[in-house]
Amino acid sequence: MNRETRFWTVLFLGGCLLLAFQSLRTERGVGQQFVVRVDATTGKIIPPAADASDNSAAAVKTVIYEPASKDDPEAIWSFSRTSGIWIAALLTLCVFSYLYRDNVCYKLAESIIVGVSAGYWIVTYYWEVLIAKVLLRLSPELARYAFLPDTPADAKADYLCIIPVVLGCMVFCRLIPKIAWMGRWPLAFVVGTTAGLKLILFLNADFVRQIRSTILPLVVFSATASGGSELDWKQSIQNIVIVISVLSCVTYFYFSVEHKGIVGRISRVGIWVLMISFGASFALTVMGRITLLTMRLQFLFDDWLGLVRI
Amino acid sequence: MSKTVPVLIASIVGCLMIVAYFSPPLLPARQMAEDWFTIVATIAIFLGGANLCLHHLKKISDREAGWGFSAVTLISFAITIAVGLLKIGVVPESEQQIKLAWSGPFQQEGSGFWWIYQYLFSPIVSTMFALLAFYVASAAFRAFRAKNLEAILLLITALIVLVGQTRDREITSLFLPPPAEGTPPYVPIADLTEFIRKTFVTAGQRAIMIGIALGVVATSLRILLGLDRSYLGGDE
Amino acid sequence: MTSPLLDKLNTLDRRWIFLSMALAVLSPILLQIGSDETPSPPTIKLFDEIERLPEGSRILMAMDFDPTSAAELYPMALSFTRHCCLRHHKLYFVTIWPTGKPMIESTIKAVIGADFGSGDRPYQYGVDYVNLGYLAGEAVAISQISSDIRKARPQDARGTSLDELPIMSGVISVKEMDLIVNASAGFPGGKEWVQYAATPQKVPIAVGCTGVQSTQLFPYYPDQLLGLVTGIRGAIEYETMLAAKYPNPYANRSKRPAFLRGGAQRWAHRLMIGLIVLGNGIHLANRYRRTTHP
Repeated sequence: MNRETRFWTVLFLGGCLLLAFQSLRTERGVGQQFVVRVDATTGKIIPPAADASDNSAAAVKTVIYEPASKDDPEAIWSFSRTSGIWIAALLTLCVFSYLYRDNVCYKLAESIIVGVSAGYWIVTYYWEVLIAKVLLRLSPELARYAFLPDTPADAKADYLCIIPVVLGCMVFCRLIPKIAWMGRWPLAFVVGTTAGLKLILFLNADFVRQIRSTILPLVVFSATASGGSELDWKQSIQNIVIVISVLSCVTYFYFSVEHKGIVGRISRVGIWVLMISFGASFALTVMGRITLLTMRLQFLFDDWLGLVRI
Repeated sequence: MSKTVPVLIASIVGCLMIVAYFSPPLLPARQMAEDWFTIVATIAIFLGGANLCLHHLKKISDREAGWGFSAVTLISFAITIAVGLLKIGVVPESEQQIKLAWSGPFQQEGSGFWWIYQYLFSPIVSTMFALLAFYVASAAFRAFRAKNLEAILLLITALIVLVGQTRDREITSLFLPPPAEGTPPYVPIADLTEFIRKTFVTAGQRAIMIGIALGVVATSLRILLGLDRSYLGGDE
Repeated sequence: MTSPLLDKLNTLDRRWIFLSMALAVLSPILLQIGSDETPSPPTIKLFDEIERLPEGSRILMAMDFDPTSAAELYPMALSFTRHCCLRHHKLYFVTIWPTGKPMIESTIKAVIGADFGSGDRPYQYGVDYVNLGYLAGEAVAISQISSDIRKARPQDARGTSLDELPIMSGVISVKEMDLIVNASAGFPGGKEWVQYAATPQKVPIAVGCTGVQSTQLFPYYPDQLLGLVTGIRGAIEYETMLAAKYPNPYANRSKRPAFLRGGAQRWAHRLMIGLIVLGNGIHLANRYRRTTHP
């Protein structure tokens, strides 16, 4: 172990010990979570005492748990939420450990997130589209019977819905080399729909409207209190800068003419404008990332360790 | 056949979307195409899931370096799907739902799927993005150098906006004469930040936007006319 | 020329920078240092519009964000929802992000459940607000609800048919909305709401976006965007205005999550400025050393 590694290890262990000591002193405990039992159908809180006496199947089926303060007389300790906070905190530390260097803990968190996020998307699409949209249309009766009891009784089946289902299933042909070409059909449908929609909407919102917003008066006069008008130099300068900047940037993006002479000089101004724009983007990106870090540290030091009372 | 049919599909549906935009009687056809789009795109997501499984199963069977992590990915994938599809921990929310085994929202608070989102998904993804705060700081120190005029412009703007985004900008008003009573102090850097936003940033982004819009229109037209077939991939 | 300090800075371990960033963010959190903001015109415009709209106006609350952007957008979502509830507008929550549904539920619980679910005029589900949940299809979903909400989703997030909800009577598409308020983290988000719904349907829209996305949206303001709330600064600005107008209870720190993140923001920005200046000082010193002692 070299000097540097020893230093960082001591720093890390010292930090852990300090945090452990601090958190043991807090009243809230470390990551302790409490809940109240609520009847889902009525919204009423079920006192913990009713747990043993009221044991009917219907009552148990409708119980949901709402977060509560430790001081709440009806609150009970929640194993699932407490363990959840601990796991979330440890995973957060696993990810932060990458700052020291790439390691097994980080890779573990990374592997978990790949699996969980893929699973999350599939489950969401299954319930939100395949059940709530496709099954509901193909068989409203079955949807009402098994999944969506609030489906209107007079809902009629729409068998046309089978076409996109078949078209969609054709993407799996890509896994079978002999009929892989059939997998292009659903792709073509998706690409065609997007292309058709975007052509009009981009032309309208991002081309015509943007040009219209750039057609500005270069000399602006504003009304005075006495009823006359005076030169609004601030607005005039602003408009002139906008028009010149947009034109020079567009010139820079115009590659059909060689950027020499006057075109070269204008496009150089365009580069400067873009650089200023990217500088602002950098500062605003910094702002977002720092806020996210703040949120994660608030989670560790408040929700988990209970060191901050926000 | 292998390329003609998909090109025809893309052209017909694309043209329908355009014509329906200007012709209200065709609105139901456009709505139907949009509806079909969501279903087709959704099923394609399942292909992504299948590919993920195949990729990691191959890594495990070949005992490639890091196959253990592939196993972790597959296990977490399988658990998430099982918990979500079986609605583990979901309870009915109304009298009407009590009779149904699979009623109740799949993301209900307290359910297994909610737990996975709350305590696995959310902390890991948000912390991964939070790491960028550290790397952006490191990059600012090491790479953000005033090497030429363009870099100087980038750097100065970044500094101005960094100051202008917090109340530290008020420091700049200390160098000015005190304002008249009852009026707020003039903060030069706040005005400068606002001027940069209204002019250079708006103009730069607008030019990019116009360029992208033209690119999108050109690409869309090429797809609809069957000139661009790159989305279909190579010959199979 | 030899300079041990310069040599040391040239080879500085980046973990020192990481540590200084961690301390810059952590210290204000532990010391609970917050920061207020002076509202900027794009934020004021959204606030004023929500104030101006008559009671009971229909507002579409599009919550297109996930945990990776919740640090900036969740405080905004809370403030927007609180403000709309204070003005007793009708709220239609929707998301086009699969990960956005828990964000809607969390917002509803923190605002309507905690502050507006009881009292003289409690917010009632289906009457005063509705959760339309997740709309699949990304940007195409926006196009769908621009022409017919029921085509995109025939039932709400709870599985109730939209026709059975009083709040949905007379509502066919986005065109019936008086305002779209979007909390946007990227694609699909504010840009797509402007392109697919607000501009073609001429519905007023205001976007609360992340700092990263804000530059993409600046060109739309003020012609295509009514208001633009940018990053955590915008969230603090909105909280400041809400606290000034409705001090009880919104001046309370516990109701101001963005304010509490402002302190860390300020210190981290100071560190960033310091690092940029120091980095360039080293760069110039190195250049000087190279030119004087080639």
